Order: sequence, then C-alpha cells, then structure tokens
Amino acid sequence: MSKLSRLLQPMSNTGLSRRGFMIGATGTGFTLAFMPLIAQSCATQSEIHSNFEPTVWYAIDPSGVITVNVAEAEMGQHIGTALARIIADELEADWLNVKLRYVDTEAKFGYRVTGGSWSIWHNFDLLSRAGAAGKQALIEEGAKLLGVSKFACDAHKSQVICKDQSISYAEIVRRGDISRSFSEDELLSMPIKHPDNRSLIGVDTQALDIPEKTTGQAIYGIDASYPNMLYGKPILPPTRYGASITKIDDTAALGVAGYQQTLILQDPSNTVPGWAVVVADSYHGALRAASLVKITWNAGGSATVSEADILDHGVKLINSKAGALLIEDDNVDMVFKTAADVLSERYTTSTVLHFPMEPVNALALEKNGIWEIHTGNQWQSLTLPVYAKALGVAEDKILMRTYLIGGGFGRRLLGDYGVPALLAAKALGKPIKLVLSREDDSRFDSVRSASVQELSMAFDKQTKVVGMQHHAAAGWPSEVMAPGFLGTGKNGEKYDPFSISGANHWYSVGAHRVRAISNDLANSTFRPGWLRSVGPGWTNWALESFMDEAAHRSGVDPVEFRLQHLISQGINKGEKPNSVGGADRLAHVLRRAAQKSSWESGLEADTGRGVAITFGQERDMPTWCACVAVVRVDRQTGHITLKKLTLVVDAGIIVHPDGAMAQTEGAALWGVSMALHEGTRFKNGEVEDTNLDTYTPLRMSDVPDLDIEFVKNNYQSVGLGEPGTTVVAPAIGNAIYSAVGVRLRHLPMTSADIKAELS
Amino acid sequence: MTHSFRINGRTVNTEVPLETSLLWVIRDELGLKGTKYSCGIGQCGACTVHIDGVATRACITPVAAIENKDITTIEGLDPDGEHVLQKAWIEAQAPQCGYCQSGQIMQAASLLKTYPNPTDAQIDGVMDGNLCRCMAYIRIRKAIKLAAEQTSQIQQSTKAASAAAKSGGR
Repeated sequence: MSKLSRLLQPMSNTGLSRRGFMIGATGTGFTLAFMPLIAQSCATQSEIHSNFEPTVWYAIDPSGVITVNVAEAEMGQHIGTALARIIADELEADWLNVKLRYVDTEAKFGYRVTGGSWSIWHNFDLLSRAGAAGKQALIEEGAKLLGVSKFACDAHKSQVICKDQSISYAEIVRRGDISRSFSEDELLSMPIKHPDNRSLIGVDTQALDIPEKTTGQAIYGIDASYPNMLYGKPILPPTRYGASITKIDDTAALGVAGYQQTLILQDPSNTVPGWAVVVADSYHGALRAASLVKITWNAGGSATVSEADILDHGVKLINSKAGALLIEDDNVDMVFKTAADVLSERYTTSTVLHFPMEPVNALALEKNGIWEIHTGNQWQSLTLPVYAKALGVAEDKILMRTYLIGGGFGRRLLGDYGVPALLAAKALGKPIKLVLSREDDSRFDSVRSASVQELSMAFDKQTKVVGMQHHAAAGWPSEVMAPGFLGTGKNGEKYDPFSISGANHWYSVGAHRVRAISNDLANSTFRPGWLRSVGPGWTNWALESFMDEAAHRSGVDPVEFRLQHLISQGINKGEKPNSVGGADRLAHVLRRAAQKSSWESGLEADTGRGVAITFGQERDMPTWCACVAVVRVDRQTGHITLKKLTLVVDAGIIVHPDGAMAQTEGAALWGVSMALHEGTRFKNGEVEDTNLDTYTPLRMSDVPDLDIEFVKNNYQSVGLGEPGTTVVAPAIGNAIYSAVGVRLRHLPMTSADIKAELS
Repeated sequence: MTHSFRINGRTVNTEVPLETSLLWVIRDELGLKGTKYSCGIGQCGACTVHIDGVATRACITPVAAIENKDITTIEGLDPDGEHVLQKAWIEAQAPQCGYCQSGQIMQAASLLKTYPNPTDAQIDGVMDGNLCRCMAYIRIRKAIKLAAEQTSQIQQSTKAASAAAKSGGR
C-alpha cells in the first residue's frame, strides 16, 4: 500500500481516532470538532475557544441549517453531497436543511488531497461517527429541555422525539447548553447504524452542486477576480526543464492597449524554469501582447526527445537489471527455465493528455502579510510547500482559496500553475490573474507517461500456469512530484506505487515477479502526471490483454481461464475490512458481467466480445470490477465500432447511487476515449497535439450502449472515481481479437493498425 | 473603439480593439462568468452563446462582428434560471464538473428550436461539437429528450386549453 493511502486509512484503523470529538455551543451555533486527546477532560465552552484548535466538520445554526464543511475538492464527483449524506444519516438530520461549504486551506482540516478514489473510503467511518456523536449530544440536551429521560428519546429529521413530544435541533441549539466531549474509547464504541437502518446512505438524491452548474452561477478558479487585478499570460520555454531565457524583445507589443511588461520569473522552487509572463490590464490584451513578444532561450537537454526515444529507452531499461522488485517470489528464474512453454509479449501505450476543460490558472495576491492563491486544486498538502519554497515564506503565510474545479482527473494534484501567478504577484506587488492558454495547458501538462511493459507466463506440461513476470517502465509522477511517497521494493530499490499498481494482481499464478522501472528519459523530458487511475491505465491494459492471450494459448475460454486463477486463498484471500473476500469478489463480478452480457451467445460476423477485470486502484482498497465489450470491426477500413460495454462493479456500500453511476459512466467513457480516440506523441521534447484540431477525445456520437450494475453488499465503501477507466481498453482489445483475430498491443488502438494486420 | 450591442436584453458599450474575441468581452469586460474559455478555437463549445438567436462560439467571434446584435448568454437564457433545459439538466443530473455545461445548454436550446423532438442522431449531430471532458454525454442526451418531451406536453396542453376556450366561446 502506498504511504499516502496509509495516511488516509479509515479512521477506525489509524491514529485519527486518537483525537476525540468535542461538541459545544459557539457564538454561531453548534459545532462538532476534533480535539486533541490532552484536552478531552476539560471541554467547557470557554476552553473551546481558548485552548482548542478544532477541526470542524459541520455546524448547526440556530435556524437549524446544517453546514457541512467539505475539505475534498469538488471536480464533478459530487463529493460534498456524498460526504454530507454520511454525516446526515447518522445525525438524523433533515436533508433539506443541509448545505455545503468548501473550505480553504487551514491546518485544522488536516491532510488535504482529493485523488486515488479515496474520498469516500477514508471519510466514511470518520464522518459516520461525527454524525452519531452529534445525534447523541442533541438527544441528551433535547431530553433535558423536554424534561424526559434521554433513554426515552430518539431522533428523526432534525427533531428529538419522545413519544408525543418533540423538539427541533434548531430549538436545542437556540435554547440548550450543549457542551459535550467524547473520548477516544467512547468514539470507538459509538454505535453506528446497522446498514439496514440507514435512511440516506444508499438512497438516491440530487447532488447539491448541480443546480448552480446549470445557470452559469458556479464559480471555478478561472472565474475568480479581485479589485484592480492585472492579467498574465505565460510564455513557455521549449523544454519543460532546464531552459533559460537569453533575450526578450517586446518592442512589437508596446503598442498593444493595456500591455504593461513581460516578466522573467525567478523561481526558487524551480517549478517554472525559463517562463516569462506577459502582463496587461486585460487577458485579451495579454494574449495579444504575448503573440508579439519575441523570446529566445537556451533550451534544456530534452529538446530533441521523441516518443520513440522514450519507448526505446523503456525497452532498454526492461532489458537491464534496473528497477524495483515489487513482487519477487522464490525460484522465478528456475520456474521459467524449466517451463514446458513460455508466453511473452510486449505492450506499449502512448502519451495521454489530461486536457481539463478549464485550462489551469490561478489568481495570486498578498494581503496583510498573507499570500492568497485563488485556484482549484486537488492536493493542497503537496502544493503548499512548493508555493512556500517559490515565495520564500513559511507555509502558514499562504492561504489557498478553494474553488470548483473544471476538470481534475489528476491534473490539479500538483498546483504548479499557482507558482507563476505568485511569483508574478510578488514581482509586481499587485494582484494578478494568470491563465494558461489551451495550448500552454497541453504543452506543459503532467501527461500520462508513455509506457513499455513485458509480460511472460510459464506453463508446465499440463498447460498449468506455474509462473508469471511483469516488467513495466514508465515516467513516475511520484518520483518527480512527491518522492516521499515512493515505496521500497524487495531488492531495496525505490518505486512509485501509483505507477505499478495493477501488476500486483489477484490471480494465483505460481512463482511471481513484478518489476517497476522508472523511465528517467521520460522523467527528464516532461513532468509525468497522475492521470485518472495512474498506473493501472497501462498495467491493467497489459495484464488483461495478456491474460486473454494466455487463455487462448491454453485453449481455455477467457472468462473460464480467469476464474480458474481467481482463488481466494493465501495472499489473495483478502483482509478485513477493505479487501474481505479477496479474489472471490473479483470472480463474482466477472461471472455476473459474463452472465449479463450473454457471454456465450453468438454474434454477427466480424463482431466479438472481450472481457477484462480490474481491482481498481490498490490491493489495499480494491474496487472489484469486470467489463465485457462488444465490438464490430470493418475488415476493409479497420474501423472499430464499440457497440456496448457491460460493467459490474463491487465497491462495497454505495453512498450516493446516482453519483456513483455518473462516476462510473464517466470513468468507463474515459477508458473508451483512451482506448480508441486520444493519445499524443513527443516530438522535439514537446507533445505534438495541443488542441482539439488534432487531439480528439470521445464525443457524444462515439458513446456506446452502457450497462452498469453495482453489486449490493455491506462491505467497506471504497472508491469509484477511477476503477471503471482501466478495465475498458483491454476488454475492447480482447473483443477486437475475438471479432477478427487481430491482437493489438498498443494504446490507442487505431483502424490503421487493424487494417495493417488484416492485409 | 466603442462597440455597442445588446446582451441579455440590455444595451452595452464596450471599448476594446475590434479583433477582441466576444468571449473575453463577455467574461472580463461585462463580468458574466457563466460563458467559459476552454479551447479558444471553436472546437469545444464551452463558450457557446446565442447571437440573434443562433448558437455561436464566442471565442472565435470578434467583437466587431456583433455590432448592434442581440447576445444571449447562459445568464440570460431564463430570468429565473428555470428554462425547460435547465430543469431537465437537474432532473437528469447531467453535470459533473459542470464547466462545459453552459455551452452545452446554450447549444441544446438552439438544437430544440431546429428539432423540437430530436432523434438520437439529430442530438449527436448537433451536440458532437460540444466536448464534455467528464463524458456526461448519456445524461446530456437524456436531459435534451426530457426537455423536448416537456416542451411538447406544455404545447399540447396549451393547445387543448385554447381549443377548449374557443369551443367555450361559441
């Protein structure tokens, strides 16, 4: 498990519970907060203000409005709604009184990251207990006000009820004297509802963030403004790293209305080497001026690197001893040497852009000694130290204001785009709004690295699988942006857990080796990014294509072959609470997807079905998912028509069913887009495609029929933002093989590749 | 130079160079932030507004081209934000991140004028110009159909009511 997800373990499993809850009346109403253990014995109201720095999750005001503080980034997953449902269910709140507040960066909100499909998983238990503790305190005080025993009371829809009497939460807050603390032990034994008694979790509702997104009133980072702010348009150097400006000539821009100057950024954090910012009093002015400013650079060392160079380097690395051994069973080499048959194949993937609809941007200013940055961001706890280094100030002198995100997908984990805004604001001594053009955004995106992988499988004389190897080389986002989160392999070498996850699968395959290799040429040419699902985007493409090839080599049906190797024992048995059931649950979704898609029924000519499975993001937080694709291939043109995807997903308890469905629809279609529609290549150190004239993500008419089903159970709630993404490409590739016998081993799959194979 | 046009029913004058794109005039000069910048080359549809009732990409429309014309942005589609499409968008829970949705809704409003009861193919044909990076396409299509159904129901009941009124008048 990655260190980061360990940091975010559900509360009952980690030290988060070492801090109790404190409840108290404040000037504005009723709040529930974390408090340090040391303070638990003295939770009186005066000390709430003087002694504690609580982390506030929700507040009830005297009118009964319940405001839930959302510390996760809202980027389309309706996360605030889901988190508020968890609290409100246990709190017995009237859902109509619940409102959301997206909070800025303040230490009291703890570690801030929105990614990894972690949000529900790591908040579920914490917020359930927060809600339950609130209900308990309200019942106690409500009972006092009613003059009855608290044991005779219950709560429902923001009312404390005792037989025919009741009192609203609003009235309790207005009239009551709520001071209540809960020790760690009390919290751990805090009764949480039996799943059958839940009234909001698992019940459909409309997402609270949607209405304002239909009227143009939703405010994204790009919409932030400040009085008298200037506008900046960056001019990017020819290489991501190592470039320096040798000359700026802005003579031609001087006549542009509102043009002020072109800044060369001095960046101690080395986030934006060789960047200039064209400053004007309007963005259109800055754009116009930027087109007229002439800059010459000394380029960095990657100025001639191509996609082929990166892939070739990956092959070289795989052929060397480089890399970390994530899995290294005994006798792998011996098993392969003595095998009756060995299947080996190589798989590759092209560079992929995040291409968020909202180009990255930030508004920066200094006010009373505090730097404010107004922007959408997914990983404030990673980003703040970068800003602090760039500005040369302490982190507590920087405040990140929170905005809706117009497309995250991992692009906004690092807030690199805030650095040029802060540096420009510092140089100018004025607020400045900096917006990357679409082309800028694409050129210096944290792309999904191109990858090379080699997989091999050893069979004995009876065609039984006795060994497997998976070697994967790619650019590593964590090595470049968050080296503290690297893991250590069996051979002592470091690895990026996000870039190899997926290869450590749930199949029983005998002697197993998984080797993760950092492609240093990729890392030095671009900043590799975490893109929706990260590593499984390539590892699962290779793994699940390869499992299909292995099934065919063995002469066994691909569903049956997978089932034969999904055995819930040993390391694949699963563990409480996250992966209970292990390989059995993966087998279950696979069987169900096969059944739903009538796996064994006939299809018309040149049409095929393909299957793939995934456990989502990490073995320690698996989302079990199976997909069957139906594809028709035109033998003349090679054109691929994706007719249908059937997905079956087991994510444990589903909090917000329609939101879960929307996430899975979007994830699956992202999978389709990266399988068939998008991808770019490096040429002369830069991506070739920077806008929609040549970069072609999936559009409405490309959408296949989708049939998505969630398994109903009461297991630990896990993540849904990403898992649907990576199961799609191999299912499509396997369906193409089934349709016309062509095996494609590169993403994206193209008609040209099929046509070449068929002719 | 000064440009004069109407936006959401009010007349405005703005002083910007004539090649300035309408998008930045709407967003930064007039402060209407619902119209979004994304690709800047007219290929994604996030900046879609109506010019004299026709869905148009504001990012590639120079302000010089709209002299004395009527512009409608998402903020002006319905005074209360309750256009049949906006309500259908909520009913279908269409938006995810929501950034493209102003443009989607403005394009869909234009679509329904041309095809009051659009087929899937007609919806795809028009809406293919609007990129949704969250890929909420299934719900966008569903919302358009919901809006079309509701519009035709309203029209039928209006017709029935006026027929009843007429027959009552005889």
